[in-house]
Amino acid sequence: MMIAATEADIGLWGLGASGILITITVAISMVQRLGLGRDVLIAAGQALVQLLLVGFALRLVVDEDDPLIWSWLWVVVMLLFAAWTVGRRAPDIPGVRPLALAAFTLAAVVSLGVLLGFGAFEPTGRSIVPLAGMMVGNSLAATVLVARRVMAEADEHADQIEARLALGLSSTESYAPHLRAAVRDALVPQIERTKAVGVVFLPGAMVGLILAGADPVEAVLVQVAVMYLILGSVSTTTTVMGIGLSRRLFTPAAQLRR
Amino acid sequence: MTDQHGFQLHEVGLQRDETTILHDISVVIPDTGITVVAGPSGSGKSSLLRLLNRLDDPSTGAIRWRGQDLTATEPSDLRRRVAMVFQNPVVFAGTVLDNLRTASPELSEPMARELLADVCLDPAWLARDAGRLSGGEAQRLCLARALTTEPDVVLADEPTASLDSESRQGLEQLALEMVRPAGWIWVTHDTDQIGRLADHIVVVAEGTVLTSGPAADVAASEDPVVRRSLDGTPP
Repeated sequence: MMIAATEADIGLWGLGASGILITITVAISMVQRLGLGRDVLIAAGQALVQLLLVGFALRLVVDEDDPLIWSWLWVVVMLLFAAWTVGRRAPDIPGVRPLALAAFTLAAVVSLGVLLGFGAFEPTGRSIVPLAGMMVGNSLAATVLVARRVMAEADEHADQIEARLALGLSSTESYAPHLRAAVRDALVPQIERTKAVGVVFLPGAMVGLILAGADPVEAVLVQVAVMYLILGSVSTTTTVMGIGLSRRLFTPAAQLRR
Repeated sequence: MTDQHGFQLHEVGLQRDETTILHDISVVIPDTGITVVAGPSGSGKSSLLRLLNRLDDPSTGAIRWRGQDLTATEPSDLRRRVAMVFQNPVVFAGTVLDNLRTASPELSEPMARELLADVCLDPAWLARDAGRLSGGEAQRLCLARALTTEPDVVLADEPTASLDSESRQGLEQLALEMVRPAGWIWVTHDTDQIGRLADHIVVVAEGTVLTSGPAADVAASEDPVVRRSLDGTPP
């Protein structure tokens, strides 16, 4: 998909002007004695520095002359970092990192495979890295959530699971209703966000494109493809994580581990 | 009784998180008639029962059922032949019929109605929401559901503990009258219930089997430790 982007350059002056809004936020915090002024400044500064670093780094991969290997390497690092983050947010679940890595990798293969394979986006550095970023960033919370829900379902409904096992059902059959509940809980927020888009909020990617001068309808088409990408990735990561983790709840003799 | 009958436990022990739950159990538990596993609360009766359909495996020792080592059996096959009814009735979301079809999806409605009649539930209740049954009704449904796989033995873990006296009597009557399954292994610490049900008694205390034998012999025991266990008070 080609975007007729005009050069959008808000420059230092523009950036400085948007900084007035941070000053207002800090002022509100001081007047209301929220004690958040320092946090707001740190957050604003951190966002600026991180995004500038990403921007400069992206410059290294988005040129058409740059070999694609650097883009894919970037994607690999993102996947590793995402898996590590899931492990950090769910430290009580043993062995969650390798599973998260498998889940994110499969989601990347499926979602980028479809979008690039069918030519929705050109397979260039300009598309690969940002698309993978959207995919990973938006699947992270759902992946942590499904991991927690899988464990909680096993804990809260051990009696139901064992009652099914005792009837001669397999581990997979005995846990199936609980796996469905866990994956559904992790997917519903993303489905709700997808429904609300355009009505309740305008997504960042689309706003960015429009501000950068793209035709609004083309920006919408890109945004829709991105939303579908996110939904597809979230469902893939939650399903892989859910199935993988639920298998670890049982011994090979179909006994619920406690 | 030949050694091909019942459950044969050989030096069975069970540890969990460094705690010894069962130890040094060598006993034959008959699987015909009604065998009552008696003993005070917390003595390990339920843990023992869970070993018989492999909801847990022993940490040490071996269990054979009808001559076959349990670890060599496929757990789902074993559990269809050695069914279990838990202390608190666990009904699944859905109708009474949905529950009955959990393990036997092909179960016909006439067969389902027959099973309900067998456990003294109204055969017209197939479409009823299982979540709306009373405790006694739910426990009967759990028994009917366990019978859908046509088990040889039903393990019953204090199945009347959460029921009122009328429901308790009804369930006991069912166990006494039921032609199938061939046998019951019924855990209880209710002294009166032992007398009403048992053909055979296995007495458990402090994680091991104190004695076992025909009900009349064990009930007549004058061993003070056995007596305390049968009377349901911790030694």
